[in-house]
This record gives sequence, structure tokens and C-alpha cells, in this order.
Amino acid sequence: MPAAESAPPAIELRHIDKRFGTVHANRDVSMSIARGSITGIVGENGAGKSTLMSILYGFYEADSGEILVNGKPAAINSAHDALRLGIGMVHQHFVLIDPFTILENVMLGAEGGALLRRGKASAKQELERLEREYGLGVDPDAVVGTLPVGAQQRVEILKALYRGAGILILDEPTGVLTPQETDQLFRILKTLRARGSTVILITHKLREIMAVTDEVYVMRGGAVVAHRRTAKTDAGELAELMVGRKVRLEIEKGPAKPGAERLVVEDLTLHDARGVTVLDHVSFAARGGEIVGIAGVSGNGQSELLEVLAGIRAADAGRIVVDGVEITPSQPRDPARMRDLGVAHIPEDRHRLGLVVSFEATESALLGYQHDEAYAGAVLQRHGAINRHCAALMDEFDVRPRQPFLRSASFSGGNQQKLIVARELARAPKVLLVGQPTRGVDIGAIEFIHRQLVEHRDAGCAVLLVSVELDEIMALADRILVMCDGRIVGEVARSDADERVLGLMMANARGADGIAASA
Amino acid sequence: MEDAYLVALLTLSATIRVSTPLILGAMAGLFSERSGIVDVGLEGKMLAAAFAAAAASAVTHVAVIGLAAGIATSVMMALIHGYASITQRGNQVVSGVAINILVAGLTVVLGIAWFHQGGETPPLPPEGRFMPIALPFQDTVAAVPVLGPIYARLIGGHNLLVYVALATVPLTHWIVNATRFGLRLRAVGENPQAVDTAGISVAWLRYRAVILCGVLTGVAGTYLSIAQNANFIRNMSAGQGFIALAALIFGKWRAWPAFGACLLFGFLDAVAIRLQGVSVPGIGEVPVQFIQALPYALTVILLAGFIGKAVAPRASGIPYVKEH
Amino acid sequence: MRVPLPRWADMALIPVANVVLALFAAGLIVLIIGENPLKAVRIMVAGALGDSEGVGYTLYYATNYIFTGLAVAVAFHAGLFNIGGEGQAYLGGLGVGLVLLAFDRVLPLAALIPLAVLAAALFGAAWAFIPAYLQAYRGSHIVITTIMFNFLASALMVYLMVNVLIAPHQMSPESRELAPGAWLPQVKPVLAAIGVTVARSPLNLSFLLALLACVGVWAYLWHTPWGYELRTVGQSERAAVYAGVKPGRIIVVAMLVSGALAGFVGVNEIMGVHHRLLLNFNLGYGFTGIAVALMGRNHPVGVVLAGLLFGILSQGGAELAFEIPAITPEMIVVIQGLIILFSGALANFSRPFFERVFAATARA
Repeated sequence: MPAAESAPPAIELRHIDKRFGTVHANRDVSMSIARGSITGIVGENGAGKSTLMSILYGFYEADSGEILVNGKPAAINSAHDALRLGIGMVHQHFVLIDPFTILENVMLGAEGGALLRRGKASAKQELERLEREYGLGVDPDAVVGTLPVGAQQRVEILKALYRGAGILILDEPTGVLTPQETDQLFRILKTLRARGSTVILITHKLREIMAVTDEVYVMRGGAVVAHRRTAKTDAGELAELMVGRKVRLEIEKGPAKPGAERLVVEDLTLHDARGVTVLDHVSFAARGGEIVGIAGVSGNGQSELLEVLAGIRAADAGRIVVDGVEITPSQPRDPARMRDLGVAHIPEDRHRLGLVVSFEATESALLGYQHDEAYAGAVLQRHGAINRHCAALMDEFDVRPRQPFLRSASFSGGNQQKLIVARELARAPKVLLVGQPTRGVDIGAIEFIHRQLVEHRDAGCAVLLVSVELDEIMALADRILVMCDGRIVGEVARSDADERVLGLMMANARGADGIAASA
Repeated sequence: MEDAYLVALLTLSATIRVSTPLILGAMAGLFSERSGIVDVGLEGKMLAAAFAAAAASAVTHVAVIGLAAGIATSVMMALIHGYASITQRGNQVVSGVAINILVAGLTVVLGIAWFHQGGETPPLPPEGRFMPIALPFQDTVAAVPVLGPIYARLIGGHNLLVYVALATVPLTHWIVNATRFGLRLRAVGENPQAVDTAGISVAWLRYRAVILCGVLTGVAGTYLSIAQNANFIRNMSAGQGFIALAALIFGKWRAWPAFGACLLFGFLDAVAIRLQGVSVPGIGEVPVQFIQALPYALTVILLAGFIGKAVAPRASGIPYVKEH
Repeated sequence: MRVPLPRWADMALIPVANVVLALFAAGLIVLIIGENPLKAVRIMVAGALGDSEGVGYTLYYATNYIFTGLAVAVAFHAGLFNIGGEGQAYLGGLGVGLVLLAFDRVLPLAALIPLAVLAAALFGAAWAFIPAYLQAYRGSHIVITTIMFNFLASALMVYLMVNVLIAPHQMSPESRELAPGAWLPQVKPVLAAIGVTVARSPLNLSFLLALLACVGVWAYLWHTPWGYELRTVGQSERAAVYAGVKPGRIIVVAMLVSGALAGFVGVNEIMGVHHRLLLNFNLGYGFTGIAVALMGRNHPVGVVLAGLLFGILSQGGAELAFEIPAITPEMIVVIQGLIILFSGALANFSRPFFERVFAATARA
């Protein structure tokens, strides 16, 4: 460790506590980040890492607790304050101005005078110095929008360094990077450390923690559950700490009785607008009467897989067969047709996709089925049938309050979700696509929704369950596929799965094959 | 031959005079829209300024006071738009439309109440107007063949506000591209969050842009009523604010190309007036309305993506809400 | 401490408060002119509602406002801002005029009415189609394109009236008068036939068309699957895609309906009142439609109420200008502008106040 023992830590957090309504996002968090070190903060989605860093960067204010920067108590109320204290942040979603050059992006807010000319000259010099020192490999005159993602991220780092940030926070920096770009980033982080900068790396990827950090904090449920020196721990221990031994969600269910293949997916491939591969030759099959769980850290292609299967997005290559009917990429995307084929979809993004928040519950309960003969005559809608349908769904699924004409936004998250699940299950689908069915849903509703999924499995439906909650996958799935970087990296039968193995496969795809095999 | 030359010169000279309010309006819109505040209210602000300038000058017979009143009134309208768009985060298009309609009514209502001339203001004496400026040796040089008329009729013979309008183009270009304010202006129109995280106030930056817009539409309106004409006539802006907006879009929100579009649209207008009832050899009589409609048609074609791509500043029209 | 407002406050209290603010501002302007706003209100109400002639004029104006208000409202429900009502109304009138000029001496009124209505709808819709298509499939901003199309409509009409449709041996750019057999019956003779006597006014049967259009829009938006899809697109394009709706198609259909509704102004003006084609019969109705829709919260019932209010303002304003020469009919335009400002751009201006009031009463 290059830092002298007597020097105060670069950042010290004391008893930080933060609540959002009923959610306790940070519980009494204390950390000490040594100057000139790379410190990792790991945890599952929702463990409270990002909230903590937002507090440190002045986006949120903590309810209680204290922040010390270089040994002095600091009040950080805005990004401006953070910058002044030498804290720079590289956001998960870059905050860059696409049509600007790198130079202009870097100068914004630190122009060095009312006229740009002189500031530009000196900024260019400074960028050249930083370039020599850190080897970021970016041309100051390049237009940011034309750069690959990795280079854009380095511009964010450059922005922080240009403002003299001695403390750099990176929030999930590798999520969007290729392996080569990731390696380059790590080289830069090590150079930063060598030159005395302090780096905080927020991630859920254990390989990265093991590769670059000196120390690591593990967060779970908003609290720090462990603090280790990286050299004295291993990925296995961290995975176990991350996942923890939570109260197991138990669902009474008998063994699966898989029948015929209801959903077959072959070599499904999808590229996003930037040309990055989002789905990489995904192949699998789901049989009637089984729940196939797809585990993975969010952002590894699961969402896109569901959207392609639901007909919302068209794949670039590969084929989908639903109950013997084939859909190829040459056919236009069409969610209505998928519904007709018997595919129901409980979407991940409840508020944007699953319902229309400004609609009455009756209207949201109709979403996707507006042309169904039961609800639409030749011209007019059958409002009687629609209202009875919604009331029946509410009764059956215990949606509260039982008011079909209440705006969808007025229901709690759990009740909104129950309404969506009720709607999608009402037609006894052959294939059920389920994304994050219990995110933001209270315990009672979780149990209810889980029971419904199992019932439909037993009725012969093929259920494809995407969840980032390992507990949920473990509780429900009969078979588990693990996705990482757009590929299916492993398959485990439920009886052979445990959290540690799955966690490692999810967190560490490239090195996971060996571990999975040995488990 | 001599005659054709003179006609061409006069047409170009008319082009400059007709383009002047368009140039000022387009530069005004440029500041507002580059900051992310959509402005369909250029028309209304110009009309308000035209009335205020003529009214103030009618009372005082001092052109500069007219100009000051025009600018002050236009800035006031701009501030209403700014308050609705920036502080209240209202719909910017609705706000612009409201200002256009409000001004269209208010100028007539106040005009009749104050001057009792059917919505017009009294005709102004020369000292109450911006009159053409005589360039040095104009009369002597005018006799010089070829170059003389250019000096006397094209470069010279305009009022002060014409030169002001011409000066705003390089000035706008310079402010937007070479100053700190310009850099921030362009930034806030593309990604206000980036400006915010750099520790700069988004609201204050946008208010300054909107005020600048008001100043320039103020000059434009003043030009209409007390420079180009000698009094205020109801609805005298007659869509020129919208043509300025079209020119701004046509110039893809950049100063020099927008200036070019203003000259083009102004030229079309000047030609339309000259061609009225004239038979063009080989074509016959060109309907005036056809030429007058060209700016709008060209802008639609441009927006449809058939002449390059006009990409508005990315954040335009979207109220900035800090993500907390 | 703020609390969300109850629904009735959202639906009624805030819109009414916004209109009151706008009228208050208008009252201030009347004061500035040196007149008494309360006296002005009395004259306006008496002029607009005091006798059957006033009521007739009020309803005649309201007819146009209802058409253009509905046009803006339908587009709004699809998430679109149609500022092109002005041009679409102009073209609708052109359609009516062309059909009637062609057939007024050939066909009976019973055949001409549906033809004219259809022509108004078709021409208005056609004028909305290009901006709609460009918005849906080329991403061109519909606000700008519809503004441009207003000017294009104006240029087209001037050209046609001056060069093509002008009646022979005439100075002003107007077409020949339509044969009386092609005039849409005015309300006075219709009511006289059933024994009710009212004063002469321009009010004609297109008022019934306006009410029918309200019912039609209401049924379309809230009682057909297509209206449901249109509203879904307007609220959440992603949810619409999820539901199997194609947003591009909806945008085009919504604008066609919107343009057709605005086009109906032509039926009222050309077939009902002027009985000839002329210039500027559309003036201001398209823009006022924005105010009507905003004030009526984009609901047909609200649009009728707001249309009536603007009808009262228009007719009352004309009377007012007659009684108090210092106040001109343009006062109505001022009030329109203020209502668009307060009901639209500053719609949430009064909200914090009411939220505080409700919070205080909730605590008490």
C-alpha cells in the first residue's frame, strides 16, 4: 500500500442512513477508503451501492450520518460540491454531449475565461499531459458521439481528472464494455492508483473485484456485511457474502411433469442500435409443465430476450417456434400475433409496458386484448364485458382496492402487478413469459404470484421466468439457464443448483465454466 | 443593359431590406432553441415590439426611445415564455402559441384604446424613425459606372437597423462558437444534465438565452414599425416570425446557414413583388403565391429529410427535471 | 407538505381556476384601457345570451370552436399537437365549395349535404396527412410542419381564389354565389316550420353536425378498440407497442380524424353562412381550437362547454365593441391568448396553492 498509515483516509463514511418511503436503502453504513487505493463495493442489484454513491456525490442527502473527505467533515449537497472536494464520478449512463468534441466536453464548466480560445489552448495542453501520464488513448478533437462506448467512458474519466479529481467513483463501469476495453480500463485504474489517486469501483462482477481492487466492501440489503482485503479473500467467499443466507421463499410444488416442447428458440441473435451484440446465438427449449428460470445479472440480454419472444423487437437472426408454428426474423415484429399463438407476457417494466398508469384499471386490464371478440364488437367495445372481466380478475387475484374505475397509478406496486398477472393468465396461455414478476412487490403479493405461476405450470403451460433475484429462481424454476453477455453460459437442474454456483456463473462468465463443472 | 443591372441591384437591395427582420428573428430563435427552449412565439414577440416601438415613438418622436420600448416589451414577452417553459416546465409550444395570439389581440386593443385609428399608430415624422443613412461621398460615387450604384444603392441607402441585423450574424456565430456562454448554451440544448453536473445552473443559462432572444426580436419588431414603415399596422409581422423560424430550421440552427436561408427567403419575396403580373419568358406568369409559399414548402421538404437532415438540439422542448 | 389533489379538484377546480385567472388578467387589461370590467361582462352576457339573435350568433361561433376544439383534442389524445387546424379548416371549406360549385344546380339538398360533409372531411384530412405521415415515419416534428401547412394553405387559397375560382366580372376574390338550393338551412326557418319564432342569425344545421361530431369523438375515443389504441399511443408508446399497436399507423389515423374535424368548419362557413367560396373565412378558428381543447380538458363535453364560452365571448365581444367603442372585438383574441397561457403553458401555476390548501384542510 503506497499510502502512509498516518494519513487520513480519502473518504470516510460514518453511519450513513437513507430511506425512500418504506424502502431502507442504506442502513448505518460506515466505510473508510484509503487514499491511493482501489476499493471495490460489491452487492446484488438493490443492495444500496448506487444510493450510497449518490449520497457521496451530492445527488441525495443522507437522513443521518457523516461524510469526511481527507479527514475533514464535508457537506455535499450538489455535484458542484463534490467536484470542489475533488470527487469525480463516472456514471453508469454517461453524461456527455454527443455533438461536442472531447475537448469541449472536458472544458464545460471549467472553460478558463469568457472566451474559449485561450482556455482551449491550455485545456489542450492539459489533456496532452493527462494523455501522456495515463495513456487514455483519446484524441481531444474527436466528436464524442462518434466514439465507441469504451472511449466515451474514458472521456468521463478525463473530465474528472481535468477538474483535478483525486477521488474517482466508477459506477458499474464495465457493464457496457468489451473484454478488451475492460482490460484497458483496469490498466488506467492501476495507473491512477500508482499516481496517488483514490478509486472506488462499484460493481457486481467478482472477477473485476479480484482483478483490480485492494480492498472490498460487500453490501447486502442496504448494509455493509463484510470488509475484506482483496488478497485475503476469494470469489467464492464474496459470492456467498453477496447472496447471503436469506429467509428462503418456500413454495409448495410437486415435481414438474414436462410435456411437449411449447417454445423452441434457436440461434437467436440481436444487435442493438450501436451494433453491439445483445443476444448471441441463444438456443433453448421450454416444455409445457415446466418453469425454466433464466438467471443473470440484469443487463446481460434477458430483457431483450423477453422482448424478442413477445414480438416487441425483431431479432436479427435465428428462429422461434411456438407450439409448432415458426417465426423467423424476416416476419415483422408483431406482439398481437404472438398473443394469438398463445404467448402471454408479464413484462419487466410494469409502469412503461405492463399498464398505462393514467388509465383506469378496466382499461389497463384490457391492454393487448383490445380486439378480442369478447371485448370488441364490429365497431364498439363491449364495456359491460370489459368491466365484468376486470372485476372478475380483481376478485380472483385479490387486487385491492377492488375498484375497476380507479386509475392504475393509484394501486400499489403489488396490486398493479397482480392485475397484470391476472390479465396475462386469464387466457390460459401455452407459453408464459415472465420478467421480474415480483420486483417492488410486497411479500404477500409475491407469494400469491408465485403460487399462480406454479399452478399454470401444472396446467401444462411452459413458463419462462427471468429474474435477477436468485431466491426467486431457486424457489420456482425446475431448470435454470444462466445468461451472461447475451449468451446462455450454463444450464443447471434445480436439484443441482445452489446460490454459490449460480452466483459465480452469473458474476464471472468467462472463468465460470471450470467452477460450474467442479461444483 | 444598364437598366437590367439597375433592376438587379434594386432587387438585391430590396432583398436585404426584406431579409432584415428575418435575420434578426432567426438569430433570436437561434439563441432560444440552441438552449433547448422551442420558440414558436417569435412572431408574437416581433409584433409586440413593433407596436411598442411605434407607440413610444409616436409619443416621443425619438426613434431610440421607440427601439428601447420595442426591446423592453419583447423581452417581457420572452420572460413570460421563459417563466412558463423553464420555471413552470410547461409546454413550450403552447406557451409560444399563447404569446402569438395574446399579442395579436392586445396590440389592436391597446392601439385602438390609445390612438383611436383602427388599430394603427399615427404616422411618424423622420426623427421618430430610423431613416436611411447616407454613406460618405454617396452622391459623388454614385456616378461611377458599375461600382457606383453598388456603393450607393446596395451597400448604402439602408437604415441603422439593417446594419445591426447584418452585424448580428457574425456576432451570433462568434458568441455561440467562441465564448464560454456559447459553449454552455450549446451544451444545455443538447444535454442539460451534463451542464448541471458540471455545476452550472440550467435555468439561469436558459433564461439568459431567452432574454437574448427577446432583445433580438425586439429589434426586429422595431425595424418593422419605425424603420421599414412609418407606423404600426395591425398584424404587420404577417408571418415573418414564422419565416424566420423556418429559416432557422433551414439553416439547421447555425448562424451563417440561417443567414443564407433568410437571404434566400427574402430574395424570393423581393422577386415575387417584382414578378407580380410579369410574364417570364418560357414559363409564363409565375403566381406570386407560389413564390411566397416556397419558404414553407422548402422547410417541410427539409424536415422530411430530403435535403440533408435537420436535427434539432436534442433537449429542445423538454423541460429539465433534475433527476433525483 | 403537499398531498395529491382529489380527482374532482384535478378535473374541475384547477381548470376553472385557470380560466378565472385568465379572465382576471383580461379584466386588468380592460381596467388599463380605462373601462369598467364588470360593466363589460354585463354587456357581453346580455349581448350573447340576452335575446334569440344573440344566442343564435353565440351558437354559430360555438359551432366552429367545437369543430376545431375537437380536432385539437383528438390529436392531443394521440400525443400530438396539431397547430394546423387553421389550414385544415381552410381546405375543408375549399372542399365544400368545390363540391357545391360543381353540383349545386344538379343535385338536391339531401344529396348535397352528405357530399359537402364528406368533402370537408376529405380535404381537411388530406391537408393533415402529409404532416402526419412525416411525423410517423420520418420523425419530422408535427408542430413545425403543421405551422408550415397553415401558410401553404393560405397561399394555395389566395392563388385559387384570385386566379381560378373568382367569379367573372368581379373585383373581390370570391366565387359566384351558390344556388339557394345548396344552402344549408338556417335555424330560423327550420324552427319556424315547427312553430317557434326566433330572430335571424347565421346559426344553421351544422350546429347539429358539431354535436354529432362530439358524440362521434366521444364514442370513437372511449367506446371503440381503435380509440382505445389511440389513447394508449398518446399515453405510452411503449405500452402501445406491447399491446400490439402500431404507433405510426395510429398517428396517421389520429391526424386524419383531426384534420377532418377541423375541415367541418368549412361546412358551417361556406354552406351555412357565406354561400360562396371566399378568403379568410377560417381566420382564427384553428388557433382558438387550441384554447377550447385545453380549457375543455380534451373531452367532448368540455369542448362543448368551452366552445360555448368562446361563442359567448365572440358574440358578446362584438356587442361590447358596439357599446363601448374603446373595447374592440380583438379583446376576444386577447382572452383566447390568456386562456391558452393559463390553461396550457401555466396549467400547474395554481396547483401548489391548492395542494397547500388541501393539505391544510386535511390537517385541520
